[in-house]
Amino acid sequence: MKLQLLGVNHKTAPVEVRERLAVPEWRLEEATRKLLQHPGVVECVVFSTCNRVEFAVASDTGADLHGFIRDYLLTDVSTLREHLYEHNGDDVVRHVFRVAASLDSMIVGEPQILGQVKQSYAIGKAIGSVHANLDALLSRAFSVAKRVRTETAIGSSVVSVASVAVELARKIFGNLQGRSVYVVGAGKMSELAARHLRSHGAGTIFVSNRTHESALKMAERVGGTAIHFDQLYRTADQADIVITSTGAPHAIFRREHGEMFMHRRKNRPMFFIDIAVPRDVDARMSQVEGIFVYDIDDLQQVVEANVSDRGREAERAEKLVEEEVARFKRRMQSLDAVPTIVALQQRLEQIRQSEVDRLRGRLGKLSPEQESAIENLTRSIVNKILHVPITTLKGFSGSDQLASTAELLRSIFGIENDASQWNGASGVTNEEASKRLHQRQEQSLAIHSDENEVAEPKPGSRH
Amino acid sequence: MSLFWLRIAVSLYGLSMLYALVALLRRREILSRTTLPIAGVAVTLHFVALVEAFRAGGMAGNPLHQSESLLAFLMMLLFIGVFYLYRTTSPGIVVLPIAFLLSLSAALAQGAPPVISPLLRSGWIYTHIILILIGYSALFFSFIASVLYLLHERSLKRKDLNGIAGKLPALETIDNIGYRLLLIGFPFMTIGLIAGSVIAQMQYGASYFQDPKIILSLLMWGVYTVMLYTRWNSGWRGRRAALLSAFAFAAALSVWAANYFSGVHRFVSR
Repeated sequence: MKLQLLGVNHKTAPVEVRERLAVPEWRLEEATRKLLQHPGVVECVVFSTCNRVEFAVASDTGADLHGFIRDYLLTDVSTLREHLYEHNGDDVVRHVFRVAASLDSMIVGEPQILGQVKQSYAIGKAIGSVHANLDALLSRAFSVAKRVRTETAIGSSVVSVASVAVELARKIFGNLQGRSVYVVGAGKMSELAARHLRSHGAGTIFVSNRTHESALKMAERVGGTAIHFDQLYRTADQADIVITSTGAPHAIFRREHGEMFMHRRKNRPMFFIDIAVPRDVDARMSQVEGIFVYDIDDLQQVVEANVSDRGREAERAEKLVEEEVARFKRRMQSLDAVPTIVALQQRLEQIRQSEVDRLRGRLGKLSPEQESAIENLTRSIVNKILHVPITTLKGFSGSDQLASTAELLRSIFGIENDASQWNGASGVTNEEASKRLHQRQEQSLAIHSDENEVAEPKPGSRH
Repeated sequence: MSLFWLRIAVSLYGLSMLYALVALLRRREILSRTTLPIAGVAVTLHFVALVEAFRAGGMAGNPLHQSESLLAFLMMLLFIGVFYLYRTTSPGIVVLPIAFLLSLSAALAQGAPPVISPLLRSGWIYTHIILILIGYSALFFSFIASVLYLLHERSLKRKDLNGIAGKLPALETIDNIGYRLLLIGFPFMTIGLIAGSVIAQMQYGASYFQDPKIILSLLMWGVYTVMLYTRWNSGWRGRRAALLSAFAFAAALSVWAANYFSGVHRFVSR
């Protein structure tokens, strides 16, 4: 079974290209179905977010994914070629792990991507395009993402200035529930920050601006109260958080104001977010006990610290992903021995049965004792013969030698090379196959004819 | 038997203290996952130890060490209570070592000769001791909170968010914990002191008032009252509150130490 992935992301393609390829959420299911019908595709899944569009498939002999893009999206692939990346085999495993763990995201560590991958997985499960191989791959990817999240600090910091402001406010006030916010200067960025605070529970919002008109407009937009600018010093102490971004050439909040506010507030802390340049809050303000002032550079610094922190943590995460890729590969390979072992057992059992039948024809009627003696004898010969090859195969699990050894054994015993190596075509999962194998070895029972379907392709699957 | 349980509890306190110190050095919060269950078991065993000691003869065994053990127990109770209310284990960094040392001292030194004092047979004295110790624990806890508040405030002012500020609960939460504990501790401390005075008055007459421990106690109570008043009236917190509670704490410590100088509290029969 072959794994392939074709796609574009924010690193390889500008937004104009990505939007041409993008599959909107409501068409995700349809796209997955179409891909499943594409020649050669046995299993498939489609990821589509604002930063990436990817098609991952499992096939027996490889599928023409470029052809699929051309057919499905009716897009000239030649102009896209430079933006597309294609992965095969282990690289697909690595890539999917990295995507799910948000290591391939524009903002490394952002948590939405995992939800989006899970959604694609759910669609694939629902329409049956994700079973054995991709199921194993994606389920593993989810636990890798979880490991990365819990074992590294990659998702623990936030990045944008507005969210840093919220983070800081939380460090001071804990719960933002019912905290009041004062927006001084009706700018875009302060409005964004105010909205962000509100969405995290902040209560009353006051807006004040030199031209009262703009204050009124913004107050209406954010659901706050406009206050005349000349009332500023008389009312500012009512706010726990002050976001200021006026175009004033000099500071409008000075130390003496701060002291006055603190007196009126009975020393309850106050948080100034100063995003104006030049600054609205005098530098000496932060000497007042209980007042915390963060200007745009401070916020930016926190953002950057978070980002570089992420870089370091991302390295750890990458290592973890490599580990997981190797583990996944080993697991797949070790399970890979199972079909060969099953085929070997079937082959010898077939020979044994036919020889016993022939013998029975010559000997005529046998007593039950004789019957069981013959049965036991032949069975134990078969088991003895098989013992070494099976142990050898199992011993090679996880190593590169497995494939060649399996190949050799198949040719020695004259077993046809069917496509069920990675079992995708057989309709029996690796787990089932190995369970059956286990049962067989344990009970040493004859293989019933109905179990021959293990090696036979299911009628519904494509080749 | 009491000593046996106490010693197990002490070892568990030590263990959870180690976890707390490790958690302080590391990024992830393993404190609540590992420390709390251990501390919970330790507190339960400690309770068993206290009950057994009490049934075996009250505090007559060794009043000083018994009260150390009781104080450690009360602090741990507050620690667990604060965790359930505020979901923070940060005070554990200080509380766990203190509880460990106090109960260790109690566990190691219990062989001291019993003191026979008619005082220790009256119920009043236990009321006095328990109330005062609850007051102490609350006061001390509130002191820890104000130190943590100071540390957090400093790192916020320095804009250093990955240091201690990243690990502590929000500033207002710490403040809230400290204030609440002050409020809870005050009535206990007051009634405890009154109970003590009543006992001393009955036992020793008016001269008890000159005892150094009692004078210090009153001083401590005075600081406590001032602290509550400034907090309530003008919202003192941060540096000023920390200073006041450091002062109250120092007074409390010397009150504790005064056991060694106080005639009244040595329980020597005269």
